[in-house]
Amino acid sequence: MSAPSNNDFTVKFANVNGTGSSSANGMFMKSIFRMGIPVVGKNYFPSNIQGLPTWYEVRANENGYLAPSGSVDIMVAMNAQTYDEDLNAIEPGGYLIYDSSWPREALMARDDITVFGVPLAKMCNEAFDTARARTLMKNTTYVGVLAALLEMDMKVIEQLLLDTFGSKTHLIDANKQALEMGFDYAQENFDCPLPFKAIATDKTKDHFIIDGNATSALGCVYAGATVGSWYPITPSTSLMDAFSRYCAAYRVDEKTKKNNYSVIQAEDELAAIGMALGAGWNGARSFTPTSGPGISLMNEFIGFGYYAEIPTVIFDVQRTGPSTGMPTRTQQCDILSCAYASHGDTKHVCLYPANPEEAFYLSAEAFDIAEQLQTPVFVLTDLDIGMNDWMVKDLAWDDKYKPNRGKVLDAATLEDMEQFHRYLDSDGDGIPYRTIPGVHPKGAYFTRGSGHNKFGGYTEDADEYQDVVDRLLIKWESAKSIVPSPIKEFKKKNKMAILSIGSCDDAIREARDVMSKDGNDFNYLRVRAFPFSKEIEEFIDAHEKVFVIEQNRDGQLLKLLKTETSCNISKLKSIRLYNGIPIFSKDVVEKIMNEISSGKAA
Amino acid sequence: MSYIKKPNIFRSNAPKNELGMTYTDYEGAMSTLCAGCGHDSITGAIIQSVFDLNIPPHRMIKMSGIGCSSKTPAYFANQSHGFNSVHGRMPSVATGANAANKELFCIGVSGDGDTLSIGMGQFSHAIRRNVNMLYIIENNGVYGLTKGQFSASADVGSTAKKGEANKQVPIDPCQVAIALGATFVARSFSGDKDQLVPLLKAGLMHKGFAMVDVISPCVTFNDHEGSTKSYMSTRESKREAVYTDYIAPFNEIEVNYEKGSSIEVDLHDGGRVILRKTDESYSPQSRGDSVKNIRAASEEGELLTGLLYIDESQQDFTDTENMIDEPLNSIDHETLCPGNQALKNLLDSYR
Repeated sequence: MSAPSNNDFTVKFANVNGTGSSSANGMFMKSIFRMGIPVVGKNYFPSNIQGLPTWYEVRANENGYLAPSGSVDIMVAMNAQTYDEDLNAIEPGGYLIYDSSWPREALMARDDITVFGVPLAKMCNEAFDTARARTLMKNTTYVGVLAALLEMDMKVIEQLLLDTFGSKTHLIDANKQALEMGFDYAQENFDCPLPFKAIATDKTKDHFIIDGNATSALGCVYAGATVGSWYPITPSTSLMDAFSRYCAAYRVDEKTKKNNYSVIQAEDELAAIGMALGAGWNGARSFTPTSGPGISLMNEFIGFGYYAEIPTVIFDVQRTGPSTGMPTRTQQCDILSCAYASHGDTKHVCLYPANPEEAFYLSAEAFDIAEQLQTPVFVLTDLDIGMNDWMVKDLAWDDKYKPNRGKVLDAATLEDMEQFHRYLDSDGDGIPYRTIPGVHPKGAYFTRGSGHNKFGGYTEDADEYQDVVDRLLIKWESAKSIVPSPIKEFKKKNKMAILSIGSCDDAIREARDVMSKDGNDFNYLRVRAFPFSKEIEEFIDAHEKVFVIEQNRDGQLLKLLKTETSCNISKLKSIRLYNGIPIFSKDVVEKIMNEISSGKAA
Repeated sequence: MSYIKKPNIFRSNAPKNELGMTYTDYEGAMSTLCAGCGHDSITGAIIQSVFDLNIPPHRMIKMSGIGCSSKTPAYFANQSHGFNSVHGRMPSVATGANAANKELFCIGVSGDGDTLSIGMGQFSHAIRRNVNMLYIIENNGVYGLTKGQFSASADVGSTAKKGEANKQVPIDPCQVAIALGATFVARSFSGDKDQLVPLLKAGLMHKGFAMVDVISPCVTFNDHEGSTKSYMSTRESKREAVYTDYIAPFNEIEVNYEKGSSIEVDLHDGGRVILRKTDESYSPQSRGDSVKNIRAASEEGELLTGLLYIDESQQDFTDTENMIDEPLNSIDHETLCPGNQALKNLLDSYR
């Protein structure tokens, strides 16, 4: 990685979880953002409530690359348990800040970095009265130290304090005091500023900072979802938390103070999906957020939803598997299990947003797709998108939007009909008409996961059974033109390409720029939905070599491409990065270049 | 389960309810259960109840899980939407459907296999949420479709068709439901329509989760000597603890009940339930009393029936959710969507 420079550096905070560090780290990040410098925050946290190591990494980058850099220029080491590890993570020429209330020079021995000891505990013990304040303010104090070292605009940080704490003046005062204490200490004792610093610019206009679970939840609110059922599971929990929060703000009837939404905390994921299906069947827009283990539990009902043709939206905020895996680490490991969830011949529409911005739009669109196709639709994000702090382009909503409820018959139409048959393909697109209970006696039909014929009746007849499952394939073909198309960057002269999915996007964007400087230009396609459209096949066919980059061990996207397209699979080269950390551009570059050079050697 | 349509028979003199509908209008497809199956009698009792209650069939939804019992929603109310879900998980579907439109009458039909094994969790949580529905357990102590295995409600010592005796203690849905906080718990027998119909009516009109455990003998696998859930054994062991009458709104009470022995409970729809106790000391409004009496009877080999427990004072699921009066599935999008200006304002709080 290139050496740090002004507005291009990474600061990593090593903390103990439960010590209140996250608000101080967030404050540091947001201040950089408010100075107009593009920034991203990645949280590496344990599956634990208190006492274990946790890291927060802030990358400032004037070019707007939002993947983690994979290198640390300044380490704020606040956790004695991980000193060794944190010391080793610093780039040569980098800096280490640690609490020198208990001097550890011996432990901090590395002659290619600069160590800044700040007696944080000592200073805070003298300045503050309560144990809680003494712990919390250590964090704010190191932000002050960083502000001096990076020559940050203190007014920006102070304004942020005012905005954050509002009327809680005692908190504003304490934080201000701690901030200045750190700032002054650094000014007096260290050579400030560092050779690289934060310089105010205007690169964050029309952007804001948010995580993808919040934007997914916003998508649900804007699409008009009214029933959300869920069971708490990391990393999807904050999606429903956000939905509840937004609903409390926007969905309470002013006159009656009653809710025009329902959030149901289910007893488990088996029930959560059952509720979502029950509500979708009964004409409400419904959804359930979960993660991989929840998808495993939901499998039987997902197949039911597919076969009985019930709309609902399932969010899978993917985490590291298999089994319980690492609940607080990211991966794209459910691509296959969602695509083919449940027993029997099933396949499902899946959407793959790349970042919180897209999570908003695709989550709203998922409801239209689910109702148009009358089927459960998956939105697959991951922990990185869902829980990390992203700089996101301002979202906009088209007020002219009308929900696409698909082929739903109303009372008047039913009244005029001779007879309604639920699973009849009258339009030739494989999509039948449906009715909502309670609307009209003629709309009644029996919903079942057992064999049924096109009229909706139970069947064990071979032809009648096959008729319906074959019609579902026609619907699957129709889905290809309904789902969002891939994002493509294509130049005819380029013979090589990268094909990827979801949150790999930012690392790939940066890697392409880096490789391009060395004369290696790659076209790029990012898949945004399953089933795959013809465009994806054509893209692969237009290249000599296509690197398929994804975050799982087994190359699940590659397998899906091999199974579900008729492209020349010998062109596909799999690149997999799956250690649970959001991927770095330098790893992408290294893997691709190795692959190319080994190909040439052979 | 094959699907056989019944022929439409028009009888000019068939009695009509207030909606102008006949009993036949509430019927469903031809039952494919074994001849003499208790479940078919329950189907008849359901039809009678909804006919008497003048419920428009399209304002009613029929939910079930998997098993013989779960087939029965196909056998009544052709003009109602039905949902035959997966094993033991009908309560979650009913909960979601209730959230989407709380105005619909919801009838869930389950069995002892569907409710008391894989379904135990969802059954318990539907009670905990007090979902507004009638939940019927067609209880025969045996798995019929898989040919005669004991279910979780089989009594200790009750024998299978080939003579093997059950050794595990049974789960009594009534005791469980009362202990879990259910607001309406009744037990009846498929062969006693006079008792069953008023219970089903009261259960449908109860606001909240109304469980009716109906002993419904399996003529093929569990109706032999040695079975405690045969027709004969049930007739001998059942003892009606609380006679129940359902009085529709605006109807006069025609019978003179003896003072002291009867309790009148007002239902939310304006109707009333009259409870006549056979035992002075038993209170169907006390959880402790109900469980104690059911247990004591059970130890004597007796099956206590009737409306065993009722509490009309609790909020149902949609009340607890503070849900708006209008069904969620019919609120227009303009109301649901905060719009672009609200979004812009919101984003400012994230800068």
